[in-house]
Amino acid sequence: MSNAPEVTPEARGTVVTPVRVVIALCLAAPFVALLWVGSYAKATPVFIGIPFFYWYQMLWVIVSTGLTMIAYHLWRRDQQARATRSGNGGASK
Amino acid sequence: MKDGVNGVALGVCVFFFLLVTVMGFLAARWRRAENEHSLDEWGLGGRSFGTWITWFLLGGDLYTAYTFVAVPAAIYAGGAAGFFAVPYTILVYPLIFTFLPRLWSVSHRHGYVTTSDFVRGRYGSKALSLAVALTGILATMPYIALQLVGIQAVLDVMGVGGGASTHWFVKDLPLLIAFGVLAAYTYSSGLRAPALIAFVKDALIYLVIAVAIIYIPIKLGGFDDIFAKATQALGQTNPATGKPRGAVVPPEAGQWTYATLALGSALALFMYPHSITATLSSRSREVIRRNTTILPLYSLMLGLLALLGFMAIADGIKVTNGQLAIPQLFENVFPDWFAGVAFAAIGIGALVPAAIMSIAAANLFTRNIYKDFIKPDATAKQETAVSKIVSLLVKVGALVFVLTMDKTVAINFQLLGGIWILQTFPTMVAGLFTRWFHRWALLAGWAVGMVYGTMAAYGVASPTQKHFGGSAKEIPGIGEIGYIGLTAFVLNVLVAVVLTLVLRAVKAPDGVDETKPEDYTADAGDPGVQVELPPATAGASH
Repeated sequence: MSNAPEVTPEARGTVVTPVRVVIALCLAAPFVALLWVGSYAKATPVFIGIPFFYWYQMLWVIVSTGLTMIAYHLWRRDQQARATRSGNGGASK
Repeated sequence: MKDGVNGVALGVCVFFFLLVTVMGFLAARWRRAENEHSLDEWGLGGRSFGTWITWFLLGGDLYTAYTFVAVPAAIYAGGAAGFFAVPYTILVYPLIFTFLPRLWSVSHRHGYVTTSDFVRGRYGSKALSLAVALTGILATMPYIALQLVGIQAVLDVMGVGGGASTHWFVKDLPLLIAFGVLAAYTYSSGLRAPALIAFVKDALIYLVIAVAIIYIPIKLGGFDDIFAKATQALGQTNPATGKPRGAVVPPEAGQWTYATLALGSALALFMYPHSITATLSSRSREVIRRNTTILPLYSLMLGLLALLGFMAIADGIKVTNGQLAIPQLFENVFPDWFAGVAFAAIGIGALVPAAIMSIAAANLFTRNIYKDFIKPDATAKQETAVSKIVSLLVKVGALVFVLTMDKTVAINFQLLGGIWILQTFPTMVAGLFTRWFHRWALLAGWAVGMVYGTMAAYGVASPTQKHFGGSAKEIPGIGEIGYIGLTAFVLNVLVAVVLTLVLRAVKAPDGVDETKPEDYTADAGDPGVQVELPPATAGASH
């Protein structure tokens, strides 16, 4: 019950396409940027009196939101394309 | 600082409190479905919430009194280190984008109400499911207590907390009343009450933040002045440690701690039962993915809020209890009536998550302890009745917790809960993608993570406490100071991987998996995905 049906969709799901690579990069970028604390742990340049350390991270809220939105739209297009390719059944059966 | 009761602020606060109380009770009639005596109705709002309600509900749920009081309080106390909450909440969304929709789908296919329901179904292991449920309840209790600390801070500053000499009952009476009322409408309305109140809460919070972030810097001479004063104040030597109080920019030594706290907390957030409850109450898979793109708005607000900590320093606020810094700042700079609005925002900001958390903990108890171990043939009606009562008990427990323990470490309460809840991540998230891990290996990994995390946290001393003085400690083998929860998590995964290899080699019995691969991608409207599943039969019949 657990192993047999897993083969087909797993194989179908692991296809690496350029679009999926872009999605993965969009989602991974904030991790690289924000966990590398040394890259932004400084006081200058100052923006309206706020040290770099603070405004840079808050800027990343917006950048990360944008990236997640791109990932969301790419993912939806990818899903639709996949559903058309594999007939109208899609992933559900 | 003013002495005595701030009448105007108190009046405004009481007004908003009465407003949300009425809303809380009326919520029972809002979007009511036919089978109101099921756990799906009481505990998940009928699984019917669309994008915006989910956004308000999750926002009200995740950004709590912790946001309002503890994050700026941490900045006030130690500077930059407290700002980790911002990268933490940024990283949450790309993370949940990958796995939360799968959890939604499989839960809708099988009528799962809690994460433990999923774990039991996926691994066929009641022991593993129990471990996840107990961890969830254990981690949620201090989190609810944290909400009470937020309310207490507001009451103290308004002058209704009473002095040290006041009888404890009189002193805590306002808190008891607030919680009594909260308990009553959660009992009668379930998840619909916090969902409706969340609108008021978020409107007030955004209003207060918008005003605070413009008005206070103008009053204090701009951000240049604020940070200049803060740098000076944080540079002064703390007599208790002999080191500077903090820094405006984290020094090299603190960067590992900063990054590991951000990552560990991000991994932990959606393991919390209350996050999952709010997620599963949404109407479709799309609602969740769409929400990952609009929820970061709250992170922006959190960043602005955190800056209030520096404003409190610049304003020269001196409080022994850091939790009081922000309420005190509001009282100092705002006119009385607006201070009342700000206090109401914090107070309601505590009530919404407290309600959702107690519902989530109650669902865990009902589904994964009561039904699995005590009364397997419980009907939907009985389940709901048990959940309602447990939601009351959980709140009483949190109240006892907060009235008997030291309050100055609210953020550490939450961090200890975070260490525990993070240990359920491998079981749950790995389970959404693969059945490779063996159930016993996951259980062993969980146990190792829990024991290591608790012992390590116990061993952390601070100038004011011998134990549980913080959540960061030297990472074995690396030598940097890092978040204990994340170290425990790595140990947990290592144990799970190694034992899985061993158990697979000796062919230990693998549990029955009741889920199918396509369950994880199903969406509303697909065959087999019912909008509402009767929980009494769903878990057992598949």
